[in-house]
Amino acid sequence: MAFDADSQNGKEGWKLGRLLTGPFAVIGRAAISWVDHLGASAIFLLLAFLKILRSKQLIKIVQQIYYIGARSSMIIMLVSFFTGMVLGLQSYHALVKFGAQGALGTLVALTLVRELGPVLTAIMIAARAGSAITAEIGIQRISEQIDALDTMRIDPLRYLISPRITASIISFPMLTALFDLVGMLGGYVSGVLLLGANASTYVYRVQTSMDIKDITDGLIKSVVFAVIVSTVCCYQGYFTHMRTDSHGAQAVGLSTTSAVVLSCVLILVSDYVVTSLLI
Amino acid sequence: MESPLIEFRDVTKRFGVRSVLEQVNLQIYEGQVTTIIGLSGSGKSVLLKHIIGLLKPDEGTILFKGIPLSEMKKGESAANFAQISYMFQDNALFDSMTVYENIALPLRETTNLSKAEIDLRVMARIEQTELKDAAHKYPSELSGGMQKRAALARALVTDPRIVLFDEPTTGQDPVRKNAILGMIAQYQRKFGFTAILVSHEIPDVYFISNRILALYERSIVFQGSPEELEDFNHPFKDEVIRSLEGLQNELTGLYSKRQFKVMHHVQLKQTTSGATYCVAVFSLNDLDIIRAGAGYDAAQVAIRSLGTYIDKHFGAIGGFSTRRRSNEFVTVLPYSDLTEAESILKDFVKDFQEQGIHDVWAAARKQTPSARCIEFTVRAGIAQGQPVADIDSVIDAAKSQQKEIARLRCDGRR
Repeated sequence: MAFDADSQNGKEGWKLGRLLTGPFAVIGRAAISWVDHLGASAIFLLLAFLKILRSKQLIKIVQQIYYIGARSSMIIMLVSFFTGMVLGLQSYHALVKFGAQGALGTLVALTLVRELGPVLTAIMIAARAGSAITAEIGIQRISEQIDALDTMRIDPLRYLISPRITASIISFPMLTALFDLVGMLGGYVSGVLLLGANASTYVYRVQTSMDIKDITDGLIKSVVFAVIVSTVCCYQGYFTHMRTDSHGAQAVGLSTTSAVVLSCVLILVSDYVVTSLLI
Repeated sequence: MESPLIEFRDVTKRFGVRSVLEQVNLQIYEGQVTTIIGLSGSGKSVLLKHIIGLLKPDEGTILFKGIPLSEMKKGESAANFAQISYMFQDNALFDSMTVYENIALPLRETTNLSKAEIDLRVMARIEQTELKDAAHKYPSELSGGMQKRAALARALVTDPRIVLFDEPTTGQDPVRKNAILGMIAQYQRKFGFTAILVSHEIPDVYFISNRILALYERSIVFQGSPEELEDFNHPFKDEVIRSLEGLQNELTGLYSKRQFKVMHHVQLKQTTSGATYCVAVFSLNDLDIIRAGAGYDAAQVAIRSLGTYIDKHFGAIGGFSTRRRSNEFVTVLPYSDLTEAESILKDFVKDFQEQGIHDVWAAARKQTPSARCIEFTVRAGIAQGQPVADIDSVIDAAKSQQKEIARLRCDGRR
């Protein structure tokens, strides 16, 4: 009987221990999985990077610049114009309270060039082109097109991934610059044309308040975001078949969602890190 | 004995705790058509992926021309793999590229050929696979058979020495299945590559295969010719072959070669000693002309409708038939002597000349309305056998007696 009681106590103790350590085990497993994916992504990026300069890449890179960059320009201009308008509107009313509406150009320009330009551009491209990249590569994976490349001795990383990462690195800064310019125009329309701020002051402040570091910092951020977005989106698509939570078309859908959400989160996290390093 | 081109020695493959291949031993010889048969999920595709290097064995050795792949230098194994093409079960064509671009892809990406040279090679393959009209269409705009041909053209454009076909007939209707197998056999003869197939199409696959490998419960349980498989005594035959044969029987009304032999033995045992029987052999000649003029599908329809016609005619008087080769049928008339059989055949020939051959061609034309005018013949021969005689020798005797029984001269009208 004593043995039974000990055994019962042992079982109870084990259950209690499991209850207490359970949440830590879940966190631990999630952390290991994260580190695992982080390492795999880094190797994935490195291998894709090493294949950028192989032969026959130029045409594919130009094609991807067209898909990722040129075809995103309209949506970037639309978003940046209204972002600039809202920025002009809010800033004007805030500055008027202090009689400082002359600083409108400074506020709009610096906000756009340092922060909103790179961040919103990256988020917009992640939503438009990043999701398309993940879905396209994911479908190629589940329909064995990537395996077919392997059997034809065509390196899938060279053929599919390197051009997209390179095109992103080229396109993001260009689209960020476009965002900044059109955003400033939006600020001008709302602040000057609609609310009556002085046009010359606005233009003068925009020109004089920015120095070259503001512009280069913004562009450095956009390059960092380009690497993050393109790697995350390509990685999610490329390893769609490894998902344990779903298969087939559903896996492509979930990979696409994961790619966009993860890209947006990492853009904001890395924005803080890069800003703190550059400031 | 010829040394094998590819050899597996005790190859084992596991995915996690699940073992898919267990101590697999096999040999594949150069220039032959080797078919791997087995139940779905038995590891046939996994086996193929080992051959092309997409998967590596957990245990055992794969030898290429007698040299273990694991001992080869990277460049050496890459050179060997470069000689292999793979045709996927679902074709794996790039759906955002046209047929032309799909076929040109391996040449554009892996060679330094000029644009003109690539165009020349691609167009040659497109013409050979009868895809000229579909060259600038996307895969989604093509029929299943055309997609298969596009995948085959892509697999052949690099002039591979070895082509692997992973269930090339999956998802096709019975006619198209045979058409695809016929196409593979014809291209194998034309280009001389070593073909390795995974297929369920029994007995049709026997007609094009030099060797059969049977994968059963994670191991290769049989290697040999289709004829040797007839005499193979193993649970594999009960579980796999008979179920697949039964399906074929339902579809065509003809017996499988093995069932045909069993029927022959049973019927002849029941006849009194000294009784004779007759064997008739029918051949649809000029199959290649039908393929060229009306396409692979139409050729298969012509063969099948000939088989159905024979079975309908002779089945009614107790005869039983099988398809012996891709264009040849054998019928046993167990209760007839030569005089009676000749009389029955005469009636058949009359009926066939008046109606049968036109039905065969009408069925083929229905499959391919754009078929151009062609001429083809049907031959038949008859021989008498004794119950003690080997059926094969009687068939050979009937074949030697074959003469033309019907000829279709197509005038182009429907």
